[in-house]
Amino acid sequence: MEILTGLMHGFAVAFEPTNLLWCFVGVFLGTVVGVLPGLGPPATIAMLLPLTFSMNPAGAIIMLAGIYYGAKYGGSTTSILMNVPGESASVVTCIDGYQMAKKGRAGAALGIAAIASFVAGTVGVLGLMLVAPPLAKFALSFSSPEYFALMSLGLALVVLLAGRSIVKALLAALVGLWIASVGTDLFSTTSRFTFGRMELLSGIDFIVVAIGVFALGEVLGNMETREETTLLQTPKGLRNLLPTWQDLKDCRFAFANGSIVGFVVGTLPGGGSTIASFLSYGLEKAVSRRRDQFGTGVIEGVAAPEGANNSETGGALVPLLTLGIPGSGTTAILLAALVLWGFKPGPLFIPEHPDLFWGLVASMYIGNVMLLILNLPLVPLFAQVLRMPVYVLYPLILGVSLVGVYSASGSLFDLGLLIVFGLLGYLMRKLDYPAAPLILGLALGSGMERALRQSLMMSQGSLEILVSRPISAVMLSLAVVILMIPLFGKFNAWRLRVLES
Amino acid sequence: MEGDARRLGDLWSGLALALLGGTIVAQAWQWDYSTSEGPGPGFFPLWYGIAMLALSALLVLSSLRRGPPGGKPADWPRIGRALACWFALAVSVSLFKTLGFVLSFALLTYFIVAVMYRRPAATAAIVAAATGAGFYLVFDFALGLALPAGMLGF
Repeated sequence: MEILTGLMHGFAVAFEPTNLLWCFVGVFLGTVVGVLPGLGPPATIAMLLPLTFSMNPAGAIIMLAGIYYGAKYGGSTTSILMNVPGESASVVTCIDGYQMAKKGRAGAALGIAAIASFVAGTVGVLGLMLVAPPLAKFALSFSSPEYFALMSLGLALVVLLAGRSIVKALLAALVGLWIASVGTDLFSTTSRFTFGRMELLSGIDFIVVAIGVFALGEVLGNMETREETTLLQTPKGLRNLLPTWQDLKDCRFAFANGSIVGFVVGTLPGGGSTIASFLSYGLEKAVSRRRDQFGTGVIEGVAAPEGANNSETGGALVPLLTLGIPGSGTTAILLAALVLWGFKPGPLFIPEHPDLFWGLVASMYIGNVMLLILNLPLVPLFAQVLRMPVYVLYPLILGVSLVGVYSASGSLFDLGLLIVFGLLGYLMRKLDYPAAPLILGLALGSGMERALRQSLMMSQGSLEILVSRPISAVMLSLAVVILMIPLFGKFNAWRLRVLES
Repeated sequence: MEGDARRLGDLWSGLALALLGGTIVAQAWQWDYSTSEGPGPGFFPLWYGIAMLALSALLVLSSLRRGPPGGKPADWPRIGRALACWFALAVSVSLFKTLGFVLSFALLTYFIVAVMYRRPAATAAIVAAATGAGFYLVFDFALGLALPAGMLGF
């Protein structure tokens, strides 16, 4: 009943004309961003974040979330028509989607991607609506030790899943923690890592790092070549984009699989839509009667991963809004957005800001309908975005990044920092350091330090408090086990080598 | 990055991070580790600084253990293109105080179109003028966001 009342209230907020407009702007921009390879939702949200400071927070979060899930709809277009994933989560869609397009079934592939995204995206929002309120109530019993343990667990999961090398992922997270420490320590008013610069006393703005590492790093990486990609023929007319009745029947399990796998993976910090889409594709292939044909243009091979990557959004918002723990780079930027607007995501977020939470949930139902309408008949139009020359696109991204940072602080020093972090983002890409742990370390750094120091103040300096409380002990043990997993693998490989020799 | 390039990348980035870790530990050492009220400002940085030192040492050692060079070298022309763009961006930002955002950004755009993407000078000039003017009209004029102004007043 409480949920139903909340949802009704949310629809009242989401149906306000300005919020409807922001929802449309968000999903439209998201689709465009999703279509464009080389420009992801974290970069776009980070670039646009400063422009939301003068907006009503409900409209702003509705728009930013629209970009987040809208990009996942758009990502399939490039995967299917160009064999180039618009988003990392759409990598799997290339496998069967591009093969379908080559066989002349691009319309059905694009259509089923939109329908699967709609079905699973809606299930994901349903999950968010049902799971978030009880989880928030449970988290009300959390104190500093539990929060420290939870943040450690979140960071450990992200580190484990973020890249090929756990050492590099951990180092990236530690650099994030270091950047978060720059500035004045609020407990003792000591200036830390300011190198005598007055500008650094208030710390390094999250936006500067996020835009630098994601947007500038991406553009610099893409500027390495002048390569152009070729676009397959886009089907025209709604009739050619609708899958057949048989296609829909074949995808029944894929819709359910994508919805459930996506949501569950989304709720885990570090899960992410890429893992969700790979898992659901693997599951679909494992249970399919025609598993031998996967990779040759099977429609379920498009529906399952596209569904999972959209359902993941609802799941990812659960820990963000109820515990204040982001599970990925994009949700870390959304967390920073909420904090910058003056809100504190956590157990009290839903009761204290029902307009924001329920308005967002309701807007996601509406946004999914908008995206279905946009993505079915207007796919040919969005595909035209791919014809924009990159020598026009990249200066535009650079310009928006510069304006975004300057408008947030009015400081040329911050623009200098942006340039430095842009280079850092590019080097991280080149050297295989994942960006998500750095952003997460930065987003969680000050909270982690505060929680740890408050815990130790509660226990008069004894670390035992972290392991004597059951929830905290379980989460910290899990974090340790997660970080040890790669070591177990290495030990096992060494043991086998020894046994063989 | 594969082979030799990757090994060297790991080696140099590991050394750089070890230097950063060492700096963090050295700085944290100068702050209070604990106070009468609880952990001091040096407590948290000291521990993540030590962790950074340990992990970067691991990275350096593993890159050294991978043996002598012999794999695929780094693709310097590609890296050079990206770094040239980064340098142009840095120069453009440093000119904001003198030339203002609109002119500096138009020059950066001209460089990207004409030099990086080798388009005709006329195309580059049109794109540069259009983006500079577009940014001024949208952000400064329509949205009221004050862009950095130069000696010419815009």
